[in-house]
Amino acid sequence: MGKTIDTAEYGDLEALETALLGELDAAGDLAALEDFRVGALGKKGRISALMKTLGQMEPDARKSFGQSVNGLKQRVSDALEARKSDLGEAALAARLATETADVTLPVRPGPEMMGRIHPISQVWDELTEIFADMGFSVAEGPDIETEEKNFDKLNIPASHPARQEMDTFYFPTKEDGSRKLLRTHTSPVQIRTMEAQQPPIRIIAPGRVYRSDYDQTHTPMFHQVEGLVIDDSTHMGHLKWCLEEFCKAFFEVDKVKMKFRASHFPFTEPSMEVDIQYAEVGNEVRMGEGDKWMEILGCGMVHPNVLRAVGYDPEKVQGWAFGVGIERITTLKYGMPDLRPMFASDMRWLKHYGFLPFDVPSLAGGLSS
Amino acid sequence: MKFTLDWLKDHLETDATLQEICDVLDRVGLEVESVENPADKLADFVIAKVEHAEQHPNADKLRVCTVNDGKATHQVVCGAPNARTGLIGVFAGPGVYVPGIDMTLTKAKIRDVESFGMLCSERELELSDEHDGIIDLDEALGAHIGERFVDVMKMNDPVIEIAITPNRPDALGVRGVARDLAAAGLGTLKPENKGFTGKATFDCPVEIKLEFDAADTIACPAFAGRYIRGVKNGPSAPWMQKRLTAIGLRPINALVDITNYVSYDRGRPLHAYDADKLKGPIRARLGASGEKFTALGGTVYDVDEDMTVIADDSGVLALGGVMGGEVTGSTDTTTNVFFESAWFDPVRTANCGRKVNINSDARYRFERGVDPQSEKWGTDLAAHYVLEMCGGETSAMAIAGEEPDPQLVIDFDPALIVKLTGLNVKAAETKKILASLGFTIDGKSDVLKVTVPSWRPDVHGPADLVEEVIRIVGIDTVPSVPMPRGIGVAKPVMTERQKRIRHAKHLLAGRGLVEAVTYSFIQSDVAALFGGGSGALELANPISSEMSSMRPSLLAGLLQAAQRNADRGLGDVALFEVGQVYAGDEPGDQTTSVAAIRMGTATLTGAGRDWRGSETSVDVFDAKADAAAVLAGLGLDPTKAQITRNAPGWFHPGRSGTFQLGPKNVLGHFGEVHPSVAAKLGLGRAAVAFELTIEALPSPKKKTPSRGAVEMADLQQVKRDFAFVVDANIAAGDLVRAAQGAEKKLISGVSVFDVFEGASLGEGKKSIAIEVTLQPRGQTMTDEDIEAVASKIVAQVKKATGGEIRG
Repeated sequence: MGKTIDTAEYGDLEALETALLGELDAAGDLAALEDFRVGALGKKGRISALMKTLGQMEPDARKSFGQSVNGLKQRVSDALEARKSDLGEAALAARLATETADVTLPVRPGPEMMGRIHPISQVWDELTEIFADMGFSVAEGPDIETEEKNFDKLNIPASHPARQEMDTFYFPTKEDGSRKLLRTHTSPVQIRTMEAQQPPIRIIAPGRVYRSDYDQTHTPMFHQVEGLVIDDSTHMGHLKWCLEEFCKAFFEVDKVKMKFRASHFPFTEPSMEVDIQYAEVGNEVRMGEGDKWMEILGCGMVHPNVLRAVGYDPEKVQGWAFGVGIERITTLKYGMPDLRPMFASDMRWLKHYGFLPFDVPSLAGGLSS
Repeated sequence: MKFTLDWLKDHLETDATLQEICDVLDRVGLEVESVENPADKLADFVIAKVEHAEQHPNADKLRVCTVNDGKATHQVVCGAPNARTGLIGVFAGPGVYVPGIDMTLTKAKIRDVESFGMLCSERELELSDEHDGIIDLDEALGAHIGERFVDVMKMNDPVIEIAITPNRPDALGVRGVARDLAAAGLGTLKPENKGFTGKATFDCPVEIKLEFDAADTIACPAFAGRYIRGVKNGPSAPWMQKRLTAIGLRPINALVDITNYVSYDRGRPLHAYDADKLKGPIRARLGASGEKFTALGGTVYDVDEDMTVIADDSGVLALGGVMGGEVTGSTDTTTNVFFESAWFDPVRTANCGRKVNINSDARYRFERGVDPQSEKWGTDLAAHYVLEMCGGETSAMAIAGEEPDPQLVIDFDPALIVKLTGLNVKAAETKKILASLGFTIDGKSDVLKVTVPSWRPDVHGPADLVEEVIRIVGIDTVPSVPMPRGIGVAKPVMTERQKRIRHAKHLLAGRGLVEAVTYSFIQSDVAALFGGGSGALELANPISSEMSSMRPSLLAGLLQAAQRNADRGLGDVALFEVGQVYAGDEPGDQTTSVAAIRMGTATLTGAGRDWRGSETSVDVFDAKADAAAVLAGLGLDPTKAQITRNAPGWFHPGRSGTFQLGPKNVLGHFGEVHPSVAAKLGLGRAAVAFELTIEALPSPKKKTPSRGAVEMADLQQVKRDFAFVVDANIAAGDLVRAAQGAEKKLISGVSVFDVFEGASLGEGKKSIAIEVTLQPRGQTMTDEDIEAVASKIVAQVKKATGGEIRG
């Protein structure tokens, strides 16, 4: 027979709950909470002890008392968890209160902000982007050239005054009487390209060139970009269009005004010099506005003698070429007052005019942005 | 080439404004360099009269003048010896800027006498170098007192300077310029002055001889001359002096001025000899070594066989086409003059001029090509001006040889114009332009027969005729035509090498290095420090000794650049360059280096002191890391390359290494800069460097863009640490490779986490600690499995290095 439980025992349950919750409130840390859990809900705890008495009860009483004890157990468990959480938060808050950093202390900028790309490289890449879009590939040639490729095949015979005017750097004359030189222009790349392939040709040839000249506007080494287009019908109108497109793209303006003046280069016929309109605003040069003109490049139709020199038939193919000073357009575009620091490697200049490593020029993203 | 507007109008009938003329000059290829009107800077100078000139009370050499400038009288103290009562001169009052002394006049007190302005010399007005006295004008000009000096002297005449390209000798005479302008529609070319056309009463008494071997006749194929007797030399006509002065030539005397004038007016150089000083016949011949030539001014030059000379029985009188001589030149007392009007070939003239380093107006013209049909009329013009200015009587023209007649006829299809330029020029206009430039056209068929005028040595073929037409029509009229473009998306255009250069630059900049562009030529002894400085790569004519030898390495330039920065107080420098280096003078000897240096504390994490860590000086591993990064970035796994101790002598022998693929293919080097090289370059701080050769890197194997499926093992990696004690000379790389090879399938990584040398290990020993990562495949590893691998690792390391596991 089951033990009879009277209501007093229910009253005891209430007292027990009150006592337990009181103890819980008094527990001040996680260790005390654990002691409480063992004392109340552990195997030998007070609530567990009550549960053990259920087995001896009458079914009805057991059901009713069991529900009450379970209710008690649930409430105490919940209260325990809540208390635990409160205590945990308080402990974290106390820890965080001691953990501070002076976030105004500086951090280093990192290598990606320290390095720079030289303006010449950047402009080289800009040129490559622009002309690649118009179908030009990039050709190169050696700096140390033969007189034949630098002069003779470009229709500059030994007696030509232009050959004297170029202030050429020569290497010592060899036993066979020949002598090498430092190319005075990138035009020998035209010769090398045409000798190596048949038309159609569309190349740009950027590179270092050398002339014995050193003053405010000349350095004995500088860079040029040569352009060459050869096919059966390309003409001066295409040349003009190409240069206009180039100037607009390079200087990043919607329109440019250009003036084509007759001129003379031994390797082109007809030959032209090109002026571009600009305005001077303070130290800045703005293309496409204003009323001043400056010369920026030379160009022309490839001379028939040059075509013959590479074995082409000028009756069948024709073409045009242009040459631009890279330093000149670089200083103009990026507002550099002086050309000479270009090769002096002064960190102050390089940091100011150099480009960040991830600033890769592209037509899609804008060349200089 | 300079001329004045008034001078131009001698040849060109035009209403065009100065601006229009300049615009057209630019357009047709005669680029205007400057336009200057002397009237602008002399606008405030007036004609004035010295009413009285008295001795200065306190100075012997000064006079006190009362000057009447038409409005008032002014007291002016003047030091000129010719300041006298009644003189008509040029006066500038206070406030006037005097260009010759670069000064604005103010009221002044000179030796206690007040002076209000200045009576000017020619030099003060920049008219000439004359400064012996003040300008002393003709008394008749007294009628113009108070008028502007520039107006009275008709100096309101702009001077135009144009740049002449080497192909246009014809434009080195004002007439040639006028011809271009007329062709371009700016007026009409006036009839030319043919010079003396009268009948001479006697033959030229000077015998002219051409003494050349058949092979050299081109040196001087024609020599015309005229003898004019009884001349009275003196100042040339004022109009001629004025023009010469305007273009910067100093008037000398009529005979000399006439030669200069014809040279500028018609592009025809002449030379005037004092005929009484000539001995025997006058000869044009090649020089002989040992001969001497005394030029105008007295300088003596050595003559040689490559020079064309004019000589008489006494020796060399002139260098043909370059310069006349001192002895036989005309002077103020010359009464009988002989004019030379010859043709000298451009090549010899240029070579001779360069050799003696004389830049004369004659050389400038002859080396570009004087009109070969101008010898005869050259003497006619000379005679005309001499008779006009100096009187006398001219002989008949005498000539030795014959005027060369190029008579070049070009078959020209005018359709070539539109083919080459895209611009359609009407046949009639083409003909008109060519005719107005002096070409003669036989235009009966579609293909024109065009005869080139003798004064255009630059026109050889149809393309030249296209240029003639198009420059006159104006290149600006050529329509801009879009180029046919490829269909679809543009193809990549860069080569593998070009892409690698671009990648390397951005990669190194991303590692905090700043790109430099340094000169391709360096000082020879610096080149020698880096294995260069050899004969074939030394410039024969360097611009300076610092730029004389083609660089064998980029490091010299970078290290010197770093030191220059250090000298300015920026010693923590990280620089790189990608550029060409030279092992020889053949195209294949030029390779592309990627090189970088780090100096001081310029490590990857930054330079200088920082609160988060101590300042560290750069070391060999900073350079190795940069080099390895470049190799990796350019597609080569740096762990696949061998690292040897083969770095060249400019690196520290113990703290340097070489990346190579096999025994022959050296990719590059890294290390500390050798202390003695550093000392020779004057480096004040530690520096490390690397240099790789782009061309030495193998091309990546051509693959599709696909990267295949990724392998991501499900099973967890296991890590185990080992510490080995090895001899101090054992390379860590060998130990790592041994461990790696112990069980290739399972070992996915080996890293060195500690290297330690200490007494506890024993003399000559070191400890290398590695962490080995095992990647189980298929099934998890049991403790026994792991033990087995560990044993293999220990055994392999022992076998390869003799290393023992540290207890």
